[in-house]
Order: sequence, then structure tokens, then C-alpha cells
Amino acid sequence: MSFQYLGQEVDANTEFETVIGLEVHVQLATDSKIFSKAKSRLLEGDSVSEESVNANTTEICAGHPGTLPSLNKKAVEYAIKAGLATNCKINLKSIFSRKHYFYADLPKGYQISQFDLPVCEHGSLEVELGENGAISKKIGITRIHMEEDAGKSVHLSGFSLINLNRAGTPLVEVVSEPDMRTPEEAGAYLRKLYAIVTCIGVCDGNLQEGNFRCDANVSVRPKGSTKLGTRTETKNVNSFRFVEKAIEYEMERQRQVILSGGKIIQETRLYDSQKNQTFSMRTKEEAEDYRYFPDPDLPPLIIEQSQVDILRASLPELPDQKRDRFIAQFGLTKYDATMITAGKSLAQFFETTVLGSADKNFSKIAANLLNGEAVRLLHEAGIEINESNFKPQHFSELAKMINDKLVSSTAAKQIIAILFSESTPEVGGVAGIVDREGLKQVNDLSALEPIIEKIILDNPKQAEEFRSGKEKIIGFFVGQAMKATQGKANPGMLQDLVIKKLKE
Amino acid sequence: MKTIHEIHNAFDLGKSTPLELTQQFFNQIKASHHNAFITLCEARALNQAQILTDDLKLKYNGKVPRTEKPLYGIPLGIKDVLTMDGVRTTCASKMLENYIPPYTATAVIKLENAGAISLGKLNMDEFAMGSSNENSAFGPVIHPTHSDRVPGGSSGGSGTAVAANLCVAALGTDTGGSIRLPASFCGIVGMKPTYGRISRYGQIAFASSLDQIGPMTKTVEDAALLCEVMSGVDDKDSTTADVKVDSWFKTARDTKVENVKGLRVGVPQEYFIDGIDAEVKNAIEGMIQKLKAEGAEIIPVTLPHTQYAVATYYVIAVSEASSNLSRYDGVRFGVRPPEAMQARTLVDFYKKVRVNFGSEVKRRIILGTFALSSGYYDAYYRKAGQVRRLMRTDFENAFQKVDVMVSPVSPSTAFKLGEKSKDPLKMYLTDIFTIPASMAGLPAMSVPVAKDHQGLSIGMHLIAPRFNENVLIKAARIVELLAGDSK
Repeated sequence: MSFQYLGQEVDANTEFETVIGLEVHVQLATDSKIFSKAKSRLLEGDSVSEESVNANTTEICAGHPGTLPSLNKKAVEYAIKAGLATNCKINLKSIFSRKHYFYADLPKGYQISQFDLPVCEHGSLEVELGENGAISKKIGITRIHMEEDAGKSVHLSGFSLINLNRAGTPLVEVVSEPDMRTPEEAGAYLRKLYAIVTCIGVCDGNLQEGNFRCDANVSVRPKGSTKLGTRTETKNVNSFRFVEKAIEYEMERQRQVILSGGKIIQETRLYDSQKNQTFSMRTKEEAEDYRYFPDPDLPPLIIEQSQVDILRASLPELPDQKRDRFIAQFGLTKYDATMITAGKSLAQFFETTVLGSADKNFSKIAANLLNGEAVRLLHEAGIEINESNFKPQHFSELAKMINDKLVSSTAAKQIIAILFSESTPEVGGVAGIVDREGLKQVNDLSALEPIIEKIILDNPKQAEEFRSGKEKIIGFFVGQAMKATQGKANPGMLQDLVIKKLKE
Repeated sequence: MKTIHEIHNAFDLGKSTPLELTQQFFNQIKASHHNAFITLCEARALNQAQILTDDLKLKYNGKVPRTEKPLYGIPLGIKDVLTMDGVRTTCASKMLENYIPPYTATAVIKLENAGAISLGKLNMDEFAMGSSNENSAFGPVIHPTHSDRVPGGSSGGSGTAVAANLCVAALGTDTGGSIRLPASFCGIVGMKPTYGRISRYGQIAFASSLDQIGPMTKTVEDAALLCEVMSGVDDKDSTTADVKVDSWFKTARDTKVENVKGLRVGVPQEYFIDGIDAEVKNAIEGMIQKLKAEGAEIIPVTLPHTQYAVATYYVIAVSEASSNLSRYDGVRFGVRPPEAMQARTLVDFYKKVRVNFGSEVKRRIILGTFALSSGYYDAYYRKAGQVRRLMRTDFENAFQKVDVMVSPVSPSTAFKLGEKSKDPLKMYLTDIFTIPASMAGLPAMSVPVAKDHQGLSIGMHLIAPRFNENVLIKAARIVELLAGDSK
């Protein structure tokens, strides 16, 4: 069966292409809110308790009658920095507008945002795609505008509660061009944007706290078409993986709708990560008219070119620059360097770990340790490396021990797990664990010879396979032998020994 | 003993104290039938007055510290649109009948820091929307001398309170004429300074790009003094301007009739139209003749876009109002009636809450919501903004040739209660001469010059260039002197 879509005949054999644009809300890491002196974020040592609900509010963020907004200059600086780091043009004059909608957690009945003239426009960033990040693609950024966040509603059975601590928190909304074609590209864009805003220090980057939230605009079209299909907007997804999954789901759903003769409805959808599907929140017909108009309480925001120049000069090394430096300086692969520089704290951690070392092998080992087991554990726990028990000294010591063949990479995994779960002294801590757990790599394998011989004898079939040329089977013998040493044997030496014995 | 100057002399001579005076005003307020006040802050005021009375004796040796605290012991009325920490602030709306703000308006803080005493909150049109003070949820304010008449609006409580001597002076707010019209109807001085002179922080917004606080007083000198105290840049209001505040009080005190020589007085042709009450027209023309006789240069000027003023004003004012009043939804602000608690949806909830707005407020919210709607914004709000700029240019051009402009404040004197309340358009035209200065953000004043055959006051409207309050006060003082006892 075939159907008409975008003026084209489509059927089950039609190759579709997905068009993706992303809108990301980045919470700016200013101490006070965008239009009042109320505290904007929890700092170290701040308690989170029932009493802290609505504590970070003044009459301004609560929208008391008669109050007026005063723009936080720091928030403007951060927005400009975000624009400069994403190659945007900074508008020296921009306008704040009111966006109206009624909701219980929006104290004024309108949100102060930017509409006609945002602070930054016409930017872009580069993403790396493919196996080893070998392919580069430029994604356009339409605009970056400043706005205030709303409060938070908590819906309980029969009633709702409102916490205004978040009301008036400064945000920038980064709107991309519809330049992405795959979930992978969308993920890469988000990770790069995240790396940039956290690197330049304008965002704390706490995903659980909603510091970085994404709305995905997705449409599909027959590959080659230059027309745009009807898009849906999937709102407020706050993990990179979920954005990719939501887009995957949405592109397939839209394809199915078209191929069953249905119509894509322009609507807002929500992603349910439990079920891994999106569902309709409201359709465009029900969508609200925001009645934007310039906020008469805020004069146009005028920025001096000299201020822009100063901010540009103050920008730190950006993730792309850092990645290129890591490749050159530490001999990392592009993939490893991209991974390491994806978050500000990880990059810093790595640099401290390899501080002063010119040994590229050592640096590579350190990068592998961090990118592999360490990141996996951090990711599972949902924390940043600087919030964990890990210390750069641990990884420096561990990488050195691996480099000196004092521990095996198998043992290293175990050591990293211990470092993660326990607080370990920074100096000599790893050596302590190695001693305590008996993880020292066995480099003298003479004691193993009888054991290997026994393994070969016990497995004549596999031994025969090896001798008849199926060399992959060597893994089986190495695994068995490694097990016998509780993972402590030097894997390279062990393999050589097994081969030698098999060939005897 | 009516003006600030006279009161301070009485304090110096020990003939009165801030406490005695405050008590006296409370007695007068309680005996009055004008419905001028919504809320009295008696305990708070008497406490302030007691401290000031003690300090006067002990700290200042019985001599009023005029320089340090120019409003020492002066009891004022505050329009109920301005917030005072812990004092109920209603905006004359049922919606805010229980609202107690947690902070004080900048203008009120400045007055109290200068020694003023706040007697209470003055009645007004609901959310400052109206020209007759009949739109109050707390009942209309009665004209100070004619009980069948309106005092003008929206600062009707302020106008009546000052004229009926229920306070020394009062604060009003002016969006399209809300200070100047009641000042004219009540026979007192009303001043709207340049937009951006006085912080709006704590002024519950009606139309943010037009709203401005100003004094309503018995004399030009008092108006100048209050305005001087309240003016200045405020980091809580980004629309305030950092422009030097002159000693307007000194200007008012030192101006003499002969200073009129060489003053170029503009007479906008568009303001002397058919439909102006003959007595009003004669009174204003009479004053223009007097100015001329004393040596002023009278120059006809033209403000070609005046005819669009009322229409564009109402587009801008109602649009901004529809936005500003969004927060009264019964969630945090606004009374939540019991039936609203039965609502099953948000929309149903809002419907049941928002019945608490009066009909004029509802009318303006609906109009404003329409004007800002997608597809209409360009035709209404944006277009009105363009016309507004043209009107500003009209004034700039005219002020190349003149120092001040004069006109009637309103086409008629105080009208009867109920006379226009059923006809919004007729009511809106009451502000036909005051709206253009508001649209251009210019300083303007109403000064009483005469009375009609029924004894109702006629005010002259004076307009000056932006941030030139000094010339405005000078001209107003001359008019006040020339009016003499005929006002």
C-alpha cells in the first residue's frame, strides 16, 4: 500500500529521514536569581529539607503585587559567554518580553523571556560522529535567549503544592537549527553543548536537578525531500540517552503513522522512560496564545561591544580546543579525548592525574581507566567525578602500576570499584589496596606451568582445536589460567606461556 | 494651618505637635462622610507621631529639622495602590480585600524617612481604572464640597482627603490623568512628574509604561517638596532615570509673579475644541490672558496626533493591564471563594475566582487580552506604540518653541455620581487633555484657577518637557499666585 506524504508517494520501502531540532534549557549558575536578589541555587553546605521549601524567595520571585524585576548582570554575562562559546552573534540590543500563560506555579501569570530580539543569534557547534568520532558535523544554533524559570508543582492526591525556590532562576534557552538527522547526532549535539556550558562555568550541569533540560522537535520525510514534515515536540527530557531513545521512538512512530495512512498531528508529547515511549500531552489546537509583548518594566538590554570583547577574552579553553590539545599533548585517541573532555570535572581530573608526565603510554592508560570502569560507575551512581571518592592521585598511582606491569587491567577494575566505594588515602592508597587484596600482578609464571599443563590435559578437545589452527580458542585457556591466579597474572605473559605450552 | 510650611512653623512655636496633629486628622477622618479612606493605620501612625513628637523636643530642641527631614511630622494619606509592609493594601478591589504585603513601596519609604506620617490607605477606582472613583469595591468617594458629585478618579480618595482636610497631602498615581483630574475636580494641586522620576516599586501596576506616582497637595510648594523627596533613581525599578533632581521646593518658594516675564507659554490648538464647558473654557482663557498681561509670551502650538490619544492610550493601557492583572488568579493573590474550591479544572477555578473583579476591570482585561492576541498584536499594541512615538515627537517639536503648555484639565467640572458610569466611552473622554502628556511621559500639573457658578473647581493643566519639573513648578506657582482667591 502506498500513501501521499509531502507531495510524494510513500510505502513500506520508502527510506525516511528524520529532521531534529533541539531546544535546551540551561540553568545559569548565578548565585542570585535573574530578577531578584533571592538565592538561585543550593551551594555547598546548604541543607535541603522541608523548611527549605519556598525559603529562597523574595517578594519579587513570589510575584507580589507592585514588585518589579531588576536584571541580574551576572546572568547577562553568562548568557553572552554561552553565546560566544557557541559562535553566536551577540545582539548589543535585546528585548525582554512577557510570555503569558496561567499555571499555578507561574507567580505573575507570565514568564519574562526574550522573543523578538534575543541576546544571541546565528551560532553553531561541531559534533563528532561515527566509531571514533572521525566525522565532524556542524549544527546551527538559531538563537540563545534569556528567561526566568517557573516554580515547581508537586501533585499529590487531591491537592497540589508549590515550591517557588526555582521561580526566577536564570535560564538560557538554546534553540538549534533543524540540522540533525539521527538520534546519534542529537545525542552528540547535547553532549557537546553540555561540555561547553559546563566548561565555561555558566552551568553547574547537574542533570538530576534539571540544570540542562531538552525539548526535541522531530519530524520525518522521505529521504531527499526538501520539504519539512509536521513536527512534534517532546518536552523536558533530562538525560542524553533518553533524548536519543525518545527520538528513536518518535521517528518510528511517525513513520508508522504515515505508512498506515494517518496524519502526524503537531503536538507536544512527553517521554515515559519506563515504557520507552512518547505520549501526547496537548495538541496545537489546544495550544495557548502566549500574547507576547515587550515587558514595560524592563528597558531594552544594551550591551557594550567592549564588554563582549572582555568576556570573549575571559573564556577558558573550550572542549574542542581541549580535546585537540589532549590528543597532541597526551597522545590520546580522538575518541578518548572527546570522552574525557565531555565534562569539565572529568577533564580537570584527568589533567591532574597525568600532571607533569610526558609518558604518553601512561596518559593513555589513565584515560582508559577513567573512560572505562570509572565513568561507568559514576554514571550508574549519577554523580560527577568530583563528587565521588575518586582522587586523581589514585588514578595516577594505578596507571603507573599498570604501566610498570605491577597490576593487571583485570585487577585494575577491582581496584577502581574499591576506590569508588571506599574512602582511600590519596598517597599510597592504591598500593595499600593491592597489598590488602593480594592483587599484585604475578610476573613470574614458573609456578603456573604445572597448572597450565593440567588445564591443557583436562581439555584435549580445545587443545586439538588450537593446534589445528583455531587460534581464537587461546582465550579459553588464558581465562582458565587467569582464574587460577585470581586475575593477578600478567595477561600478556600468561598468554605467551599458554601458547608455548600448547605448542609443546 | 494647612500647608507643610505653616505646620512646621506651628511645631517650632509649640502650637502643635506631630502627635496632636495626627490625632486631629484621625478625628476629622472619622467624622467625615466622604468614604475617602479604605484602611486606617492608626496605631502605626500614632506610634510614628509619638516618636517624632518626643524627638522634636529632646533631639531637635523643639526646632523642626527641615533640611534633614523636610516632612517632619506631616500626616499624609497614601493611595491604596501603594504597598506598606503589614498594612492591608486592596487597590479598592474585592480581589485584594485581604492582601497584606510584606514590603513597602520605595516612594512611601522615602516619605517616611523624611519624617512623614502615613495615616492610612485612600480609596480609589479599582486597580486605578476609572475617572470618577465610582469603580471601588469599597464604595464611591464623595466630592469634598458637593455630596452629589464625584471627586474624579482614579485618585479620588486622595483628592477628597486633601481638599476636605483629612490629611496635609496625599499620594496619588496617574496613568492617564488619575492625579490631575481629581485634583482639578477637588480644587487642589496635583502633579504627575516625568515617567521615570519616582520609583514605581511597590505601586501595584495598572499600565506599567504609563503609571507614575505623584503628590496631591494644597499648594504648589507642597507638591514640589513631596516630589523632590520621592524622586530619584531606584535600583528596584529599572525604568527610573538617573537625572539630577533640582530643588523644586526652592523654585516654588522663590518664584514671584514677575518671573513670568519672557516665559513662553504654549497653547495647543487641539485642546480648545467644541464640547468644552463654556465656564471651563473662559476660566482657562482668562488665566492665559492674565499670564500675558504679566509678561508671558503666549504662543499657539499644534499637537497634530492629539485626536488619536484616547484610542491609542486605551489600547496600551488595557493591554498592559491584562498582563499585570494575570497574577490575581486565586492561587497566591486574590480571594478564593468557597465555590472555587469545588472546581475540577484550572479554567473552572479561575472563572470562579475572577468574578471578584469589578466590571470596569473585567472590561479592560478582556479588551487587553484581545489586543495582545496573536494576529491582533501588530494591528493594536504595536500600532498604538507607533502612534505614541508620533505623539512624543509632536511634543518635542512644540517644545522647541515654548517652555510650558497650558490647557484645561478636563472638558467639564466635577460631574454627578452615576452621570457617566453607564457610558464607558463618555467616561474615557474625561481624560482627553491629560492622556497625551501621559503617553509622552511628560511632567504635568493641575492647578486650581477658578470656580464655576455652582462653586465647582476648574483646574489649569500645565505640561513641561521631560525632566523639566523645574519650569513646570515655576509656571504652576505663577498660575497659583495669579489665581489668588478666585480659585
